[in-house]
Amino acid sequence: MSLLIGENMTGGYEGVDILHQCTVRAEEGEISVIVGPNGAGKSTAMKAIFGMVGLHSGTVWINGEDITRLSPQDRVSRGMAFVPQTNNVFTSMTVEENLEMGAFLRRDRIPETLDQVYQLFPALKDKRRQPAGELSGGQRQQVAIGRGLMTLPKVLMLDEPTAGVSPIVKDELMYRITEVVRTGVSILMVEQNARQALSIADTGYVLVQGKNHYTGAGPSLLQDPDVRRSFLGG
Amino acid sequence: MEDLLNAVIVLCNFVMIPAIAYGSQLALGALGVTLVYGVLRFSNFAHGDTMAFGTMITILVTRWLQSVGLTLGSLPTALIGLPIGIAATAVLLLGTDRVVYRFYRLRKSDPIIFTISSVGVMFVLNGLVRLVIGPEHQRFSDGARFVIRAREFKEITGFSEGFSINVPQSITVILTLIAVASLFWFMKQTRTGKSMRALADNEDLATLCGINAERVVAITWIIAAALTTTAGVLYGLDKGFKPFTYFQLLLPIFAAAIVGGLGNPLGAIAGGFIISFSEISITYAFKKFLGYVLPQSLQPEHLVQLLSTDYKLAVSFAILVLVLLFKPTGIFRGRAP
Repeated sequence: MSLLIGENMTGGYEGVDILHQCTVRAEEGEISVIVGPNGAGKSTAMKAIFGMVGLHSGTVWINGEDITRLSPQDRVSRGMAFVPQTNNVFTSMTVEENLEMGAFLRRDRIPETLDQVYQLFPALKDKRRQPAGELSGGQRQQVAIGRGLMTLPKVLMLDEPTAGVSPIVKDELMYRITEVVRTGVSILMVEQNARQALSIADTGYVLVQGKNHYTGAGPSLLQDPDVRRSFLGG
Repeated sequence: MEDLLNAVIVLCNFVMIPAIAYGSQLALGALGVTLVYGVLRFSNFAHGDTMAFGTMITILVTRWLQSVGLTLGSLPTALIGLPIGIAATAVLLLGTDRVVYRFYRLRKSDPIIFTISSVGVMFVLNGLVRLVIGPEHQRFSDGARFVIRAREFKEITGFSEGFSINVPQSITVILTLIAVASLFWFMKQTRTGKSMRALADNEDLATLCGINAERVVAITWIIAAALTTTAGVLYGLDKGFKPFTYFQLLLPIFAAAIVGGLGNPLGAIAGGFIISFSEISITYAFKKFLGYVLPQSLQPEHLVQLLSTDYKLAVSFAILVLVLLFKPTGIFRGRAP
């Protein structure tokens, strides 16, 4: 049984269906990646799982519990954290305040979690008193991911975490993400940069026009001649 | 040398001290505007009349306290009435939010809809205050009037110019310092204060963090009530209360908030002082000051007053227009209005 399942999801925005019978899963302690061409509904699939997009049919499960009708906030308390692609930090607040806001709903002590986040992202510790808006793109993404981790989620959902950062920073972020998984958090992410994402993915989902096109282990999808030809450009 | 010192005393007495007091009052008012703008994302035109309402309640309580013989000795009795005025204003603001603004918030209306409905609230409050307490000018400060008297100052120091500080002015400065310090402490150090800043910064992300927007909005109104009522009562102690004057204060208060950068509390404070110092120094007659500074041959014959005090609102208006033209985000980088 998978940790998080979005099963046969059909839905979209204002009457226009973007997803058609789309299924995505996140497995315990693994990285699952959703890739696909522009407009394939990658982000929509992720938002549907988080309850930000309406579904006509399909079910979302976490740990065997049906959460299809829950609000995004309630899903946070079920162990999901979502990091949006843009506007994902409080720019006027310091790095540490950003992380504290991530733990807003927690009533227990948070310093241990803060330390864990600083261990994962050492660069943030030096900048903890700086406003997040003054950081570079890559560091902002680290703040955003760190904010997500502050809720102690079972599954962390990242919407294009490497969008708009330089190739070197991309490598660094990907490496950090594999480190996050090592702490026991499962990851479900959407990536534009398919080749790199699939290389670290335990499971890859190739979506085309809101439908599952190929599903399989990341590296094997990279080897698959069909996927390479139709999608990765040979 | 003594001439120079006399010149400095003149300037302190007629420009510095009044401008610091008036600037503090504007700063408190502008802080309220800027907080509401930051969290609720609209310019609240009912702000001046909210100030009048809070001051009115405080005056009524003060009158009642005076009638039963309860006073604060040399301090104004209005200081006891102030907390009650704040509480009543908080109830009023939460009430208008419930009846007016919440409806548009749930519909996710444009900011301009909120602003226009706040104009409606403004008219209602405008009428309400006049109905209850009347449109006339009234004084409600009692207790001692001066901390330093001009005549005593002259006698003690031997200068030919007098220097005075009155009780309302000093209370204004002290209360403003306390209010600003506690506001900044609240915003920086408390969980609730941080959630307020988070909501003002990025509404979607704040919701994602589980911050309850309705609760933050309610707290914002309560803080705004405290700030506006305090500003109104201090202004009234200093210069007297008149509903129409309070309505007019809307302009310098908005100018202060916008000059400093809407949504930025530090900017609101700086803006308050920029407006007050410009207004007072532009409408002040510098004849006496220049008399001390300049040699006999250059002494001015007329008042050397740039603008008559009747035009003091024009100063705020001119500054407002200049800022909107050249730096719409204000000095401290708030959001463009």
